[in-house]
Amino acid sequence: MTLSGLAKQFRSGIVDNNPVLIQLLGMCPTLATTTSVSNAIGMGLAATVVLTCSNILISLLRKFIPKQVRIAVFIVIISGFVTAVELLMKAYFYELYGALGIFLPLIVVNCIILARAEAFASKNPVLPSAIDGLSCGIGFTLALIVVASIRELLGNGTFLGFQVFGENYPAAVVFILPAGAFLTLGCVIAAVQTLKNKADAKKSEKEAVAEAVANAAQAAAKEVQE
Amino acid sequence: MSFTDVLLIMFGVILVENFIFSKFLGICPFLGVSEKPATALGMGMAVIFVITIASGTTWAVYYLLLEPLGLEYLRTVAFILVIAALVQFIEMFLRRFVPALYSAMGIYLPLITTNCAVLGTALLNIQNRYNFITSVCFGFAAATGFTLAIVIFAGLRARLVEAEMPRAFRGFPITLIAAGLLAMAFAGFSGISFT
Repeated sequence: MTLSGLAKQFRSGIVDNNPVLIQLLGMCPTLATTTSVSNAIGMGLAATVVLTCSNILISLLRKFIPKQVRIAVFIVIISGFVTAVELLMKAYFYELYGALGIFLPLIVVNCIILARAEAFASKNPVLPSAIDGLSCGIGFTLALIVVASIRELLGNGTFLGFQVFGENYPAAVVFILPAGAFLTLGCVIAAVQTLKNKADAKKSEKEAVAEAVANAAQAAAKEVQE
Repeated sequence: MSFTDVLLIMFGVILVENFIFSKFLGICPFLGVSEKPATALGMGMAVIFVITIASGTTWAVYYLLLEPLGLEYLRTVAFILVIAALVQFIEMFLRRFVPALYSAMGIYLPLITTNCAVLGTALLNIQNRYNFITSVCFGFAAATGFTLAIVIFAGLRARLVEAEMPRAFRGFPITLIAAGLLAMAFAGFSGISFT
């Protein structure tokens, strides 16, 4: 694959096919771990590491994994990496480990990781699979950060723990509560859909203009010939 | 743990700490299979069945196998394998011996392996150090709470399809917003303290 192809693929995971905001996968961690920006970054990075490593290993083993038991094999590989990340985090980032709670081991059943393994890594060579894992992981992390920023700013008046709106900001606690997670994510996805609809409309408009220009040019050429 | 304690834990996890609305476990099937009340109920029944059995099994695997061998750090790998095998086994068993039940919830069973509510319950049982009976009761109650949420939500969604709304919110966003409003209603239960 060429370099520009890889760059395009990298962009696809983050923007065009963002796993959370466009493909609507991995809702549980998106809702549960976005109470603060630091939690979101921790969760996103943990998932990115697992996603990239599992994509690489599955891509390396793709010719040896029998078709019938592939899902089971994927799950074992993924859970192995999740356990490694869990132990590392427990050793070096204990506070974050406590904050993420059971959602750290639950990365195993995060549908984004299994979806990338099944749809991409099991069919493609190592380098594109690694890029795919990395870009989807970053896309996931960015989506978490967007949701968490809104929730932390409105619900607590802080960003990454720093006071933003001053001491007297009357915090809208509902955004930190579970209900706020659903509401915020709903609004973020609605905004993304609006942007996407606009981009699609612009694209089809551009295509229509290009087609009209081509038709006119053809007609003119015909006229000149006659 | 006395009988009252177990009962309080069960009511707590159905209403106050509902899996969907306060712990965010099992959101994928909650949003995916809640379009019709009948399918929601089928999924809910399958989840109750699997979680109750999985709670007992994973408890036994952890305390009888992993802990004596000092392999506690392997619990995530062990649990997901046990759950996958269990779901497969339940599917085969039902197809062979209880065809009526299989036709009611058979199609939902393969989806349940990757339902985070199942693994989540198993991990919570260990984290909270519940004994065997409490674990099974907790699993049963958690799944009942899940079913309650998914059936209520399916009823709401049937009406949502015909409602008028801005174009941007059509489809997935409005579903999330409705879930948020329902979560607010469930948050009302948090005023009741069971413990």
